[in-house]
Amino acid sequence: MKIKKGKDTITFNIVAYTLVGLFALACIIPFYLIVVGSLTDERTIITDGYQFFLNAKNFSLESYQMALKTPETILRAYGVTLFVTIAGTVLSILLTTMTGYVLARPDFPWRNGISFFFFFTTLFNGGLVPWYLLCTQYLGFTNRIYSLIIPGLFSVWNMIIAKSFMKGIPFEMTEAAKIDGAGDFYIFYKIIFPMSKPLVATLTLFIALAYWNDWYNCMLFMSTGENWNLQYTLQNILNSTEALKRVAAQTGMQVGQLPSEGLKLAMTVIATGPIVLLYPFLQKYFVKGLTIGAVKG
Amino acid sequence: MKLFGKKIRKNRTLLLMLIPAFVFVIIFNYIPMGGIIVAFKDYNYNSGILGSPWVGWDNFNYLFVTGKIWELTRNTLLYNLAFIFFGIVFEVGFAIILSEITNKVFKKISQGFIFLPYFISWVVVSTIMLNIFGENGVLNSVLSTVGIEGFNIYKQAAQWPIVMVLVRLWKQTGYGTVVYLAAIAGISQEMTEAAQIDGATIWQRIRYITIPSLKPTIIIMTLLAVGNIFRGDFGMFYQLVGSNQLLLKSSDVIDTYVYRSLITTPNIGMSAAAGLYQSVLCFITICAVNYIVKRIDPDYTLF
Repeated sequence: MKIKKGKDTITFNIVAYTLVGLFALACIIPFYLIVVGSLTDERTIITDGYQFFLNAKNFSLESYQMALKTPETILRAYGVTLFVTIAGTVLSILLTTMTGYVLARPDFPWRNGISFFFFFTTLFNGGLVPWYLLCTQYLGFTNRIYSLIIPGLFSVWNMIIAKSFMKGIPFEMTEAAKIDGAGDFYIFYKIIFPMSKPLVATLTLFIALAYWNDWYNCMLFMSTGENWNLQYTLQNILNSTEALKRVAAQTGMQVGQLPSEGLKLAMTVIATGPIVLLYPFLQKYFVKGLTIGAVKG
Repeated sequence: MKLFGKKIRKNRTLLLMLIPAFVFVIIFNYIPMGGIIVAFKDYNYNSGILGSPWVGWDNFNYLFVTGKIWELTRNTLLYNLAFIFFGIVFEVGFAIILSEITNKVFKKISQGFIFLPYFISWVVVSTIMLNIFGENGVLNSVLSTVGIEGFNIYKQAAQWPIVMVLVRLWKQTGYGTVVYLAAIAGISQEMTEAAQIDGATIWQRIRYITIPSLKPTIIIMTLLAVGNIFRGDFGMFYQLVGSNQLLLKSSDVIDTYVYRSLITTPNIGMSAAAGLYQSVLCFITICAVNYIVKRIDPDYTLF
C-alpha cells in the first residue's frame, strides 16, 4: 500500500538529511585532512599551517619519501602488529568459544557456579598496579612479544556473547552426536564450532581490531624498540616531535630545523591505511555482529 | 563422594576444556585481587609485594588529605555523566533519523562515514586533533585566511571538557547508532503501518512508537555505562591530554593518575591505593545500581 507523503514527511526529510549529512561529513573530513596534510609541502605547513585543500603549489611527496627512507622501523612495526593480531585472534577465538560452549551446555553440572566465577571479575578487580607488578616482576613480560598477545586472550564479555549464542544451538545436536559416540571436544570442534560461523566472524573482527589498535600493552611492557607495534611506533613519532617542539620553544631554536611535520601524518596514513581500506568490506559484518552481541549475559 | 567422583569422570573432557580460561582468570584476575595489599605497603622492587613493609593507611592519607582524590573522582564522574547523556541523545537520535531515511545510497554512505571513527585507535585520534586544532592546525589556517585570529585549544583548560565530549561523540556515535538501529529493526512493521493509515504524522510515530520501543535498549545501555561511571577511558584521556600540565587540572581522571603514579613519577603504594579506591567505588556502584533496578523492574537487572 502506498501512503501519500504529507507535509510532516517533507519537513522531517529536510531536517533528517541535513543533520545526517553534516554529521557524516564531520566524521569523514578529519580523515581527508590527514591525507591532505601528509601530501602538503613542509614549508607551507610551517609558514601557513595545515591546509584544507591541496593545489599544485603546495603538493609534495616529501613526507612519504622521508617516512620510507628507512623502512626498517615501519616494516618491523607492521610485522609485529600482523603477527600479534593473527596469533592473538586465533588463540583468543579458540579459548573464548571453547569456554562459552562448556558453560552453555545444559547438562554441565557446575555451569552456574563457574559462570559466576568468571562474571565476578567484571564486577571487581585489583586495579592496574597489582596486575602490572605481577606481569613485570613475576611473569617476565618485559620486552617479550607474548606480552602483547596474552593480556587480550580472554575477555569475559566475549565469552558471555559466545555462551548466549551457543545456547541458541539446539542441544539435540550435541545429544545426537553423543549417541553416535562422539567425545565432547570432538562435538565442539566438528559440529558446534562450524555452526557458530556468525559468532566466530563477529568475535574475530572485534578481537582483531582490538589487537590491531593496541598500544597500551606495548607502552607498559616494551622498553626497547624491537617489539614495538604500529600504534606505539606512531605514538612515539608523535610524542618526539611534540617534545622537540617544546624544547625548541624553550631554547629559541627554529621550528624549521626540526623533523618534518608532515612525517607524522604520513606515518598515520601508513599505519591506518589498511584498516580504512578494509573497512567498507568489513562494515556489514560488524553491524551484523553487534546485533549478536546485543544479548543480555 | 562416590557420586562426585562419577560426575567428574563423566564431565572430564568438558572440565579439561574449561581449564585454560580458568587458569587465565585465576592468574590475571584473581591473583591481582590479592595484590591489592600493595595499597597498604611501602612497595619497593627489591623486596617484592610480600617483602615490602606495611604502612597501614599512609598511602591513602596523602590522596585524601590533599583533596587530590576528590578532584580525580569529580572529573571522572562529570566526564562520564556528560558522555552518557550526550551519547544517548546522539546515538538514539541518529538511529531514529537513519531508520526513517528512505534513500538507500545516502543512508549507506552516511552510516559508513559515521561508523568509521570507531575503528581507529586513540593514537590516531590524537594526530587528527593536532592536525585540526593544533597551533598550526587546519582550523587556525582557515581562520587566518578569513582574518580571524587563531587560538590554541590545547591551552584552554576551561573549554577542554567540551572538546572531550565532542571527540567522544565523534568516535562513539557510530557504534551506539548501530546498536539502536538493530533495536528499531525489531519493531513490528504492522504497528508503524497501522499508525500511518490512521494518519499519524512522522513525529507522532517517533514519539509514540519508536522511542517507547527503544526504552529497554536505552535502559540496559545506560545501566551498563552507569556501572562504570567511576572508570575513566584511559586511552582517550592519555592520548588527548597526555602530560599537558595546562589541561590536567580539568582532565585528570583516576585512571590517568594511577598510570602516572605507577610509571612516570613512581609512587607505587599511592598508585595502588587510588586504584583500590576506584575498584571499591565501582563495585559499590554496580551493586547499588543492580539492587535498585531489581526493586523497580527485575527485567532490567544486570546480574
